[in-house]
Amino acid sequence: MPPEKLGSETTTVAAGPEPVLAPGHNYATISDKIAAVPLEVGWPRFWIVGFTITFSIVMMLLATITWLLARGVGIWGINIPVGWGFDIINFVWWIGIGHAGTLISAILLLLKQQWRMSISRSAEAMTLFAVACAGIFPLLHTGRPWLAYWMLPIPTVMSMWPQPRSPLLWDVFAVSTYGIISLVFWYVGLIPDLATMRDKARSRFGQVAYGALALGWRGSARHWNHYEMATLILAGMSTPLVLSVHTVVSFDFAISLIPGWHTTIFPPYFVAGAIYSGFAMVLTLAIPLRAWYKMQDFITMKHIDNMCKVMLATGWIVAYGYLMEAFMSWYSGNFWELFMMKNRATGPYGWSYWMLILFNVLIPQVLWLKKARRNVALVFITAIIINIGMWLERFVIIVTSLARDFVPSSWGMYYPTKYDWSMFIGTIGFFLCLMYVFVRLLPALSIFEIRTIVPRAEKGGSH
Amino acid sequence: MRGNQAKFNILGQAPRLDLALIRGRLEGKSGQQYWRSLEELADTVEFQAYIEDEFPHREGLDRLDRRNWLKFLGASLGLAGLTACTRQPLEKIVPYVKIPEEFSGNRPLFYATAHMLGGYASGILAESHYGRPTKAEGNPEHPSSLGSTDIFAQASLLAMYDPDRSQAVFHEGRISNTASFWAALTVIREKHAAAKGAGLRMLTETITSPSLIDTMKLLLEQMPQARWHVWDAVTSDGARAGAKLAFGEPVSHHYRLESANAILSLDSDFLYLGPGAVRYARDFAGRRKPETGKARMSRFYVAEVHPTVTSSLADHRLAVRSSEVEAIARSLAAKLGVAVETSGTSPYDAWIATVAKDLEAHKGASLVVAGDQQPAIVHALAHAINEKLGNAGKTVVYTEPLEGNPTPHLDSLRELAEDINAGKVETLIVLSANPVFTAPPDLKIQDAYMKVKNRIHLGLYRDETGNISHWHVPQAHPLETWGDARAHDGTITTIQPLIEPLYGGKTELEMLAALTGKQGTNQALWKRYWRNRIKSPDFENQLQKTLHDGFWANSAAAARQMPVKGDLKSVAPAPPASGIEITFRPDPTVLDGRFANNGWLQELPKPITKITWDNAAHIAPSTAEKLGVTTDDVIRLKLGDRTVKAPVWVTPGQARDTVTVHLGYGRKRAGNVGDEIGFDANILRSWRNPWAADGADIGKTGNNYKLVSTQTHNGIQQIREADAGARQRHLVRVATEEEFLKEPDFARHMSEDPPAGFSMYPGFEYKGYSWGMAIDLNACTGCGACTIACQAENNISVVGKDQVLRGREMHWIRVDRYHQGDLDNPAAYSQPVTCMHCENASCEPVCPVAATTHSEEGLNQMVYNRCIGTRYCSNNCPYKVRRFNFYLYADWDTQSYHPLRNPDVTVRSRGVMEKCTYCIQRINYAKIEAEKEDRRVRDGEIVTACQQVCPTEAIQFGDINDKSSKAARWKADSRNYGMLTDLQMRPRTTYLARLQNPNPELEKG
Repeated sequence: MPPEKLGSETTTVAAGPEPVLAPGHNYATISDKIAAVPLEVGWPRFWIVGFTITFSIVMMLLATITWLLARGVGIWGINIPVGWGFDIINFVWWIGIGHAGTLISAILLLLKQQWRMSISRSAEAMTLFAVACAGIFPLLHTGRPWLAYWMLPIPTVMSMWPQPRSPLLWDVFAVSTYGIISLVFWYVGLIPDLATMRDKARSRFGQVAYGALALGWRGSARHWNHYEMATLILAGMSTPLVLSVHTVVSFDFAISLIPGWHTTIFPPYFVAGAIYSGFAMVLTLAIPLRAWYKMQDFITMKHIDNMCKVMLATGWIVAYGYLMEAFMSWYSGNFWELFMMKNRATGPYGWSYWMLILFNVLIPQVLWLKKARRNVALVFITAIIINIGMWLERFVIIVTSLARDFVPSSWGMYYPTKYDWSMFIGTIGFFLCLMYVFVRLLPALSIFEIRTIVPRAEKGGSH
Repeated sequence: MRGNQAKFNILGQAPRLDLALIRGRLEGKSGQQYWRSLEELADTVEFQAYIEDEFPHREGLDRLDRRNWLKFLGASLGLAGLTACTRQPLEKIVPYVKIPEEFSGNRPLFYATAHMLGGYASGILAESHYGRPTKAEGNPEHPSSLGSTDIFAQASLLAMYDPDRSQAVFHEGRISNTASFWAALTVIREKHAAAKGAGLRMLTETITSPSLIDTMKLLLEQMPQARWHVWDAVTSDGARAGAKLAFGEPVSHHYRLESANAILSLDSDFLYLGPGAVRYARDFAGRRKPETGKARMSRFYVAEVHPTVTSSLADHRLAVRSSEVEAIARSLAAKLGVAVETSGTSPYDAWIATVAKDLEAHKGASLVVAGDQQPAIVHALAHAINEKLGNAGKTVVYTEPLEGNPTPHLDSLRELAEDINAGKVETLIVLSANPVFTAPPDLKIQDAYMKVKNRIHLGLYRDETGNISHWHVPQAHPLETWGDARAHDGTITTIQPLIEPLYGGKTELEMLAALTGKQGTNQALWKRYWRNRIKSPDFENQLQKTLHDGFWANSAAAARQMPVKGDLKSVAPAPPASGIEITFRPDPTVLDGRFANNGWLQELPKPITKITWDNAAHIAPSTAEKLGVTTDDVIRLKLGDRTVKAPVWVTPGQARDTVTVHLGYGRKRAGNVGDEIGFDANILRSWRNPWAADGADIGKTGNNYKLVSTQTHNGIQQIREADAGARQRHLVRVATEEEFLKEPDFARHMSEDPPAGFSMYPGFEYKGYSWGMAIDLNACTGCGACTIACQAENNISVVGKDQVLRGREMHWIRVDRYHQGDLDNPAAYSQPVTCMHCENASCEPVCPVAATTHSEEGLNQMVYNRCIGTRYCSNNCPYKVRRFNFYLYADWDTQSYHPLRNPDVTVRSRGVMEKCTYCIQRINYAKIEAEKEDRRVRDGEIVTACQQVCPTEAIQFGDINDKSSKAARWKADSRNYGMLTDLQMRPRTTYLARLQNPNPELEKG
């Protein structure tokens, strides 16, 4: 079905010394294997158990949100001076996680990196779900969420527009744009595979459902031409978003005057941190996925190795950010900056700073070793550690800076409550639950894209 | 009641001839026994029952036969149905046909009345909106107020509307009614009157009211064997006994601090507590302002146990044990030539010598003040020293005793207890006092009280005493009554009601008058007294003028020459304390517990320590280290055989080897707010040593208890960090007077601000009004009156201990406290912090919905309706003055709080940010008035709530575009500086730097 034109291209850019697709696959085996997950595998035990647990956590999230709406944000540990706590930490963390998907599907597409193909679909889904989780927080963190629509530029009888100087407003546009583009990109990328699913489905329901979603894709050359153009345009639109979204999120802090927030290094350092955490999350999800569904042929050690290298690189950018923050506080000679740094390292939240350095800077250095990058268990643990480390980074930035700013009489500690935790864990459950549903219903790997990297000799028969 | 009799006739039961019965009784009486009412004749068991029974002669179920039972049932059913046929009375809303005098719609009216505390009056102007009092302001013409009030006067409004106030007469624990009470009281009165008052005792708090004293005298004349006892837990027996010791007779005194150049306080908190404290603070602060140019600043020495508001203003402070104060007084007196025994050498001799020299250098313009909790000898020595220094009549004025019963209260109460135990007391009438909770426990007042046959209690609350009384009568709040009382200088102050008693409360005057046989309304009784006293045909006019002014003109007590004639040499020095010494103090906000149910006072951070909602065992840092305890550790305080468990608060400035505990907590029957919070320190007290006791034993319990402070939650380490010099210089700026005279603009050189106009953008031009505030740190005592006045003015919610612990207190103006120097005896500086109304406000650009904006008059405005509650504004506020409604803090449900609220200020809902508005409602009121008259607002026309209440006039507010305005002149002062000006926020609230006037001789040592 795929046009020969594409196939000829793939052979010329075949991966270097190590293939990104295990040998022995042809078009048919790829289609069968990937499509089998939703169509043939059915309801494996690990899926049922996992889905049940995560769905229960979603119910806990809903209960927490209900209580939150009934009582007010006072159920969290926030206070004056620490007006933002887990709510904004989680928001920034989830938004950051989403970045890997966009990076893989947009920037790596433009850079023609073949190894992206087998991970792009799940990474994009992850992006989407992470943005969904992130979006919960800015909405519900407001004191009166039912009025949050006032942040949208809607003409109403009040004749009031949002206040355009506020970074929170920029957030609204940045995150909603990001969410929409990610959704469209993901869905467009799914269309050829949905058609494959339609053709392979045996049940009437499957045929109708996949058929409707496939929007009448027949795989004609014209379709492929349009598809390629659309993908390129969307990739072009997404690419600046990878950089802009977290830049805008970092403005929430950089624009303010709180020591520890008010710093110009935030945009690049936030973007690097986002990609860092995004790849860590892709690995956290991909490693169990390939083991459970026996996808080692498609998500190869080469992929894991490459992602580890990306983490290593972005991790160093982040480490440079930490170093610069400390350096600038000393170099500026500013009393408030100096105190901020001292407080961050030795104050009541000092433990979180040193844990952050350990998790984000020191432990990931193990990835320099090829042996470590090839040890799936070790990579998995490192990815989880980086996830925690990146969460801690936001904790350190938000909480320690606010807890002790200028006037000592107004210093105060922030202690998360059980509702802070249940919102946080609830969104993790929501995210994983969506991933379970996604894996069960849709091809988790891009069938048609992986087929383009099959070496010519092994293309074999079509179906 | 009568109606019920007729109803029961339907059932065919012949009514018993009650009246015949009464006539029978009447016939039995003879001689001069006249009766005034049927009730009075009820001196029989049956008649008592008749009166107490709500439905006399009702059918008892046991006496009903079947037929009547069915009739009864049918009638009940029928009558129940009939109620549905009742036409509800028609209510019409019509405008006033005749408008009450001066009533003008939504403009508030102010009535001169008085705030009562400890028996003394302080003049207030009570604000009334639509006939309901909403706020107390000081009476500018009243000598104790001069326009300011203390925290208690502000909180008195909340007390009046307190839903936990006693609302009904109780008889033996059951709700009764006033008529029954008067009947019972009449019976009791008759009985005692017959015995010339034997067995009748009255227990009151301090009374200075001429009308009350007169009525009491009349009563004691009628019943010569009755006795008047006094008990007030927050009072100075030392002063009473000391005056007696020094002068041989009871004498009252007050101070004139405006002419004092050198002052020594011997463990006295005279600028914060006690009658006249507000006035003293004003006079004191007047002598601490260098810009007067004429006189130099006064110098203030303090020797005390526990850091207080007063000592935070000291130039030199000694932290000494309570028992050492006497030794210091003796030593000082001896140095100044008073014949007295000294207790040998002490480590403070050099200090005392320097102070003595300084006091002597200002003969006639110096002052020694003895503390309320100090024993008689210290007070007597203070009188003697002041006499030697020629201060009598100049800085201290002696007058006739202002109190009706100048007996030391503990003696009086002890006598009462002894008499009860000796079976001499049959009836005890307790007026206002709550001895069951406040008396030292070794007097066993509760046991004694239970032995009294007739226990009658009049009180605002059905408290610990009211609860175990036979009769409890709700008392009218001073804002609901007519009355009078003396001010600290003897000025007779009038009390007039702002509202009908909410719960039909009675007054002390009504009770005492009833005992003299004169019943009548409080107003009639009070007016009768004054008519008889003035005896002028022009009485009504004079009374009107007095009520308008709030006090009888020229009624201050005349100054008397009082030579010290007591033999002070014969009083042997107290033995020095050796162990851990416990000192007891009335709590700075709830005193002896009388304000325990007042949420405003509970939540008001206590001066210096900033603790809210609790009392604590205050221990010096060095002592705490020695004992191995720290803040929040629960210790066991043992004194003799009595023990309490108390949480520790490590208090910089506390004298070593002492523990100070505050009374007024651990109440059992204060109300919903005040019950069971804190610990009852009173348990440790003894009538022998009511204020200080040596030899306390401290044991660790291993437990923890979270004390909540609005500042510095983390103990000593954080104090050290927070008060690091560099940080402090940005916030609170201090110099000595010498340094100031050399470099008047020292404060401006203490921060590195970018030069003026350091911006690429032109600033906004404020063309019309430009509101600004300046706060003089030199005048601020840190008393917290501004915080509570703001709370009353702006409908600020009380959030409770749990929320304060979470850092969610709502006060719009807070008083920050900074320590400097030695941890065991640091200097303390107070700094009130309002919203700064920054011209470059960092809160404004970050709000996504423009809920906080800048007015063209320079106000940073908060639009509650527009706020969605992102809290970004608060995060970005370097002063952290914004407050967020994390929950629905405002009490929308309690009906009795509704009339309390200021109708000019929005009551905020949950999820919105709020903060100081510079009292925008007052600004707009003045602007409207000015516009009506087509003129600009005059300087001084707008007074913010914090400014108005401030006892020391430390706050100025006004139009800073008007260079002649007071606020603008303060801002032009060389001491003026802004907080955190290096951030380029251009705050509109600025500060005048604090000055100290240390003695160079002590500085060297």
